[in-house]
Amino acid sequence: MIEIKDLHKSYKMGNNSLHVLKGINFSVEEGELVAIMGSSGSGKSTLLNILGMLDELDKGSYTLDGVPIKDLNETKAANYRNKFLGFVFQSFNLINYKSAMENVALPLYYQRMPRKQREEKALKYLTQVGLKEWATHLPNELSGGQKQRVAIARAMAAEPKVLLADEPTGALDSTTSYEVMDLIQKINDNGNTILVVTHEEDIAHMCKRIVYLKDGVIVEDKKVEQVRAAKYVQ
Amino acid sequence: MFSRDTWKEIFETIQKNKLRTFLSGFTVALGILIFVVLFGFGNGLINTFDDFFGDDATNVFLVFRGRTTMPYKGYKANRSIEFDNGDIADIEKNFPLFLEYISPRITRQDTVTYKNESNSYSTLAVGPAHQFSEMTIIMKGRYLNELDIENKTKHAVIGRLVEQDLFGAKNAVGEFIDVGGSVFKVIGVFQDDGGDREERTIFIPYTTQQLIEKNTDKIDAMVIGFKPQIGYAGAMAFEESLDTFIREKKYISPNDQNGIFIRNIAEQLKQNQQFARVLQIIVGFVAFGTIIAGIIGISNIMVFVVKERTKELGIRKALGATPKNVIGTILLESVFITTVSGFIGMLIGVAILNTMGDKLKDYFITNPYIDLGMAIFATVILIIFGAIAGYVPARRAARIKPIVALRDE
Repeated sequence: MIEIKDLHKSYKMGNNSLHVLKGINFSVEEGELVAIMGSSGSGKSTLLNILGMLDELDKGSYTLDGVPIKDLNETKAANYRNKFLGFVFQSFNLINYKSAMENVALPLYYQRMPRKQREEKALKYLTQVGLKEWATHLPNELSGGQKQRVAIARAMAAEPKVLLADEPTGALDSTTSYEVMDLIQKINDNGNTILVVTHEEDIAHMCKRIVYLKDGVIVEDKKVEQVRAAKYVQ
Repeated sequence: MFSRDTWKEIFETIQKNKLRTFLSGFTVALGILIFVVLFGFGNGLINTFDDFFGDDATNVFLVFRGRTTMPYKGYKANRSIEFDNGDIADIEKNFPLFLEYISPRITRQDTVTYKNESNSYSTLAVGPAHQFSEMTIIMKGRYLNELDIENKTKHAVIGRLVEQDLFGAKNAVGEFIDVGGSVFKVIGVFQDDGGDREERTIFIPYTTQQLIEKNTDKIDAMVIGFKPQIGYAGAMAFEESLDTFIREKKYISPNDQNGIFIRNIAEQLKQNQQFARVLQIIVGFVAFGTIIAGIIGISNIMVFVVKERTKELGIRKALGATPKNVIGTILLESVFITTVSGFIGMLIGVAILNTMGDKLKDYFITNPYIDLGMAIFATVILIIFGAIAGYVPARRAARIKPIVALRDE
């Protein structure tokens, strides 16, 4: 599903150049649930942003579902993001003047799906994350956990190939974190490929594979026994 | 870009961001409103100006007598120049090509009495042609005619306000009034657009006045109407030869500034028109400034709006909005708001001008108006520049990498 070869990325900071990713080789199969771990500054978010086409790579190659991702102009990148990828952010990034349902329906709007169909589908995914009753509420009327579930519903609504989650539990307390991880696990159970960036060990162990990143290189890549989040959730 | 769905999305955004919508809409509406009102007031000013100076005929010279300041051809300086009936005849004889009419004018200030009412008015002793030069409009009765001049009749034509002062609601025509000790019969009442002062005037035959003043043939001034078809250049040439002719006849040095005075209404009119044109330019300049200020206002609002929406745009881009989507959303929204509020501002402005009418006449603004074409043109200009002003930051926002936009707090 994802194939990365010899990926390099550096940022210019004034006269200095900060080499963040120093040759990453990495691939993900369909249906995997991968945690990318590392301390802050290890390059894990940069990696995720490149995977998400939110950022460009300097060197190396990136293939997503058989499509080489290179030399993208903004329009093409936007279309690929819309078609291939779903995002979940640490700070939820919901549009605050749109209701939960409208937020979920937004990626479908950019797919030019007719309004009625959009709303049906948005409602379906909101039901899946257990927020059907909250469909008409604005984000600021929701709790953090609920917001993240709306964000996950939004990411899933476009039916992407890969779901990318950047510290999805970073802004949540542990109970809510487990609820969100439970949801992510269930989505993964349905066969969706998911990448989770985290710096929390317990969250990482709820995935099926952990990739450790340190100073811009992969230091360890191991399959783990998945801890089901459901048992922490009553 | 123009699908129903796009518009629905835009309406929702507008509805749910009322403050932002209000701010940008208000700026535009106010800009256009001020433009329309200012421009209208400028036109009102010009109207007043036209009212002031547009009531007399423009093809007229007034020749006044003066006192020489230079000796000339054996005559001493400080000699009072006098005109008499012979001068009128001479001018008539010498300038038949230019001349349309000529009338003497003797100006006096007399006490006029009717029964118990009495007041002081200026009396103009003139010929029948004088009616054309002042554009005097007869309301009742008639103006002076050649028979009045020939027979030196004691007939008077009085102004509307004279009748009102002395006769009240009564009809003055046929009544007898006392003008400076002589009894005159009122044969006509006139009105004049030149204002109250001109309507407090009495016209009598100049020959009658001369008879009263010991049968003299002296006159104060000459009112000369020239043929309009000679044009401005012809009028200037006529003025010059008239000046030369009178100076020669009265032995006044060609260099003497004070012997006689010729007031050329045509030239005055031209100056007035130039003044009006300057007014128009000033008004246009102010209006232009208002539009510029409006454009700057919208630009600021648009920069602010885009800045405020940076994060939202980042989210939208992460969810698959193309740069075109982003620019389209911002532009359509801003054009929609500017169009609606622009026309609202324009309509309010036009409505204000229409209700004004003569209420501001004391401030020299009469019937302020703006022609609709101008108002719409200004509004469209503002909309276009609003769109350009929105496009620049929108394009920049569309170019920001989503990751940068998302980091924006």
